[in-house]
Amino acid sequence: MSFLNAHEMHGGYGKGPNILHGCSLSVEKGEIAVIVGPNGAGKSTAMKAVFGMLEVREGSVTFDGNDITNLTPQERVRIGMGFVPQVNNIFPTMSVRENLEMGAFIRTDNVEETIEQVYELFPAVYEKRNQNAGELSGGQRQQVAVGRALMTQPKLLMLDEPTAGVSPIVMDELFDRIIEVAKTGISILMVEQNARQALEIADKGYVLVQGANAYTDTGENLLANPEVRRTFLGG
Amino acid sequence: MDLLNALVAFTNFVIVPATAYGAQLALGALGVTLIYGILRFSNFAHGETMAFGTMSVLGITALFQSWGISFGPLPTALLALPFGALITIALVLSTDRVVYKFYRKVKAAPVMLVIVSMGVMFMMNGFIRMIVGTDDRRFADGARFIIKAREFKQATGLNEGLAIKTTQAITLVVAIMTVAALFYFLNKTRTGKSMRAYSDNEDLALLSGINPERVVKITWILVAILATIAGTLYGLDKSFKPFIYMQLLLPIFAAAIVGGLGSPLGAIAGGFVIAFSEITFTYAFKKVITYLGPDGWKPDGLVQLLSTDYKFAVSFAILIIVLLFKPTGLFKGKSV
Amino acid sequence: MTHVVSQNEQSRMRPPKYFACMALLIIAVGFFESWNSALFILNFGLISAIMALGVNLQWGYAGLFNVGVVGFVALGGLAAVLVSKPPVPEAWGAGGLQVLGALVFGLAVIVGAIALWKRLSGSKYRGLILTAFILIGFFIYRAIFDPAVAAIEAVNPSVTGNLGGLGLPILLAWPVGGLFAAGAAWVVAKTALGLRSDYLAIATLGIAEIIIAVMKNEDWLARGVKNVIAIPRPVPYEIDLQTSPWFLSLAERFGSDPITASTIFVKLCYAALFLGVIILLVTAMELALKSPWGRMMRAIRDNEVSSEAMGKDVTKRHLQIFVLGAAICGLAGAMMTTLDGQLTPTSYQPLRFTFLIWVMVIVGGSGNNWGAVLGGMLIWFLWVQVEPMSLFAAEQIVDIFNIGPDLEAQIMKRVIYLRHFSMGLILLLVLRFNPRGLLPER
Repeated sequence: MSFLNAHEMHGGYGKGPNILHGCSLSVEKGEIAVIVGPNGAGKSTAMKAVFGMLEVREGSVTFDGNDITNLTPQERVRIGMGFVPQVNNIFPTMSVRENLEMGAFIRTDNVEETIEQVYELFPAVYEKRNQNAGELSGGQRQQVAVGRALMTQPKLLMLDEPTAGVSPIVMDELFDRIIEVAKTGISILMVEQNARQALEIADKGYVLVQGANAYTDTGENLLANPEVRRTFLGG
Repeated sequence: MDLLNALVAFTNFVIVPATAYGAQLALGALGVTLIYGILRFSNFAHGETMAFGTMSVLGITALFQSWGISFGPLPTALLALPFGALITIALVLSTDRVVYKFYRKVKAAPVMLVIVSMGVMFMMNGFIRMIVGTDDRRFADGARFIIKAREFKQATGLNEGLAIKTTQAITLVVAIMTVAALFYFLNKTRTGKSMRAYSDNEDLALLSGINPERVVKITWILVAILATIAGTLYGLDKSFKPFIYMQLLLPIFAAAIVGGLGSPLGAIAGGFVIAFSEITFTYAFKKVITYLGPDGWKPDGLVQLLSTDYKFAVSFAILIIVLLFKPTGLFKGKSV
Repeated sequence: MTHVVSQNEQSRMRPPKYFACMALLIIAVGFFESWNSALFILNFGLISAIMALGVNLQWGYAGLFNVGVVGFVALGGLAAVLVSKPPVPEAWGAGGLQVLGALVFGLAVIVGAIALWKRLSGSKYRGLILTAFILIGFFIYRAIFDPAVAAIEAVNPSVTGNLGGLGLPILLAWPVGGLFAAGAAWVVAKTALGLRSDYLAIATLGIAEIIIAVMKNEDWLARGVKNVIAIPRPVPYEIDLQTSPWFLSLAERFGSDPITASTIFVKLCYAALFLGVIILLVTAMELALKSPWGRMMRAIRDNEVSSEAMGKDVTKRHLQIFVLGAAICGLAGAMMTTLDGQLTPTSYQPLRFTFLIWVMVIVGGSGNNWGAVLGGMLIWFLWVQVEPMSLFAAEQIVDIFNIGPDLEAQIMKRVIYLRHFSMGLILLLVLRFNPRGLLPER
């Protein structure tokens, strides 16, 4: 059994139609899994389903051996899942340090050590710790957002298009940081628009089409797969 | 040319009263801005909340006085204030439970809540008038002045006197203490930070495990305390008249918007900007100019830019100017 | 299928049913109190209904939040004085033209300031120059304005002390009241529309306070708090009726004494006029609602973003509808002052003329013109009737507990505020349990 296992998920937002039609995802400990696919394939929806932000009407999600299909997102945070939304993922008028503190809101123990760890992982965050998060550059904000999510010491970190709207250099830097995070033993599940670069760092890749798995393989193999290259990676 | 006397006259008639008024407006605007930041609507019932708080303090003060309790040279109302605030807290919390909570549950549009607050305003308005009527009430006891104009003249030998009323000094001291406590709470405590987080980004706050109902509850408690203090200070300084509190809604809203809705620091700045402009524009500068001009010369008129009845026009004009040139206010507020 | 039809039938039958109930309520007042009271409620109810129509146009059609109704209503009242009262030649001689000149000068300063602001864009000293320009302009304005005002206000202050009006028929004041309000609304809308909805609300609140402050303080205009009385009427005077043979014979035929008959006759004349205006307004508004313009308005209200994307000039449409709605409030204001026969600036309370109108619109059903009319009539009826009812109830309770006369007087003085309380309660109950109102939007 994988660490995170989403099995044959069907579901959609509110009372709307299904967007996911039997989508399955699994992530092992310390592994980076990437979801790619064309626009409207339901990539973000799949991730939100894993995090409980929409109703999974069929299928199940298990995490660390427990069935969590019916937990709320807040409950999932408590059992060790971290989520970084694509936009609005920081508290803009609060200082960077306060952002981290708020990330640890549910914890009752001392969080100083975790803050130090985040500072170590993201030197830019340390540097700007007393500045308001809203005043930072796009790449720095994303680092704060990831840092905030790490404050609950999650076992699985989910990132919704972390590199959307940042420059290629910043993107590379962010990916490096994400690899660092994975090295500490945290599993990563990430939705990415920049499919090629993301698959390069991925242990496992999922190509989603119309809410269902089209290809599932290691990142390397997907990059090498001529059909995937032709259809999704632009040759 | 008599610079010193001009300065004293200006201080006496503009700076001192505007400072007290500004502090009162700032406290009122803080309540408006907190509700806006957390509950995301403009609360039209805030003037009535202030009136209710003041009424509660008035009642407790009368009770204390009948028991023979007094606060020496300070007004008894200051002793009664915490109790009045408690009553107001009970009122706003039950209002939230009975009225506002429902609209949060159904995720009503903010403008819906504004209309709801009109209904609350009407009810509180009627309730207050049924309890205390509409008469003017003075409830400031204790010493009237800290510095008397005559004593100031004798001590300094100047023509102009400087008078500082006890209530003015109390206003400033209490306001500074309140604001310091509020900012300590918002910036240094976990709960206060969670309120700011909720105001900043509701969804992310939820994700972080912040309980929205608790944040809302604490907001109402703070708002009730601020409204009671603001209303009581205003009532002590001038007098308590329910009607006036409804009229204060405009300058208070103007202060909150000028400062930037949702920004506590902005509310304070806005309060003083509005108060100083209102009083400066409606003050008759004849005396000051007479001192400043050559000896024996006097200006013909009162040199008053606007009659005092137009003080609302001043807050309004400032509001419009800020909206035109800096729509989010002096301190960047939020826009919904 | 039949079920759907019957439901349609039901919702179609609802307005006539509700209006019949409303009529019964008023007739009941006629039987149990007096026909004068019934007609008083009817006339003011009709005027309230027109105000509600104006607010409904802004809120129901376009989602614009106007809490300055009282200001627009007051401007209508001012129009009644300025149009119908005879001019005061002595006052005009004393400084009329000078006051007008001062106002024109003031306007020129504002226009000049705007032009200067545009011309100086990029200049470091823009703010400084502009402030100096406005200050100097203001002092010159005051230098022209003040002596003229003093001269005017000195002319027979106990009777006039103002410039008077144009001495035209009072009915002309109704559209003029609408124009006044439209002008003020245009200025507000130009500055605050396109900003956030709350800002528009506060801006309207502010402009209303200013309008009323002007009317209270500018004695040269309409005597300020000294009030203007004896505004000409569009209908006959009771005294004249009581001496006209045709009316006396009419009264005799109804078996009524001439004095009561004359007061009722006058009120009926007003009611007929007001009804005419309402029918005209509602017809026009219903036609407009069904026209492409109305459909566009509702499309904009329901989805501003997509309408904007489709190339609709949302701000311009909003400006249009805001001005129109305010004009209707101004019209109602002029009508009310006509009915009152006097202008009392202190009577313009926001609670009565802004927030109560909102209760009317919400209770009636926002977005539905018939709803606004019904809400206007019903809430006005309750506003008038809750006071005697609460007094009556309080008397009964006070009689049970034998308390001193002082306390009793106090209670009687305060129990009337149950009226504010109950209006708030009604608003909250409707919002909670029937948010679409009595006659929901179709």
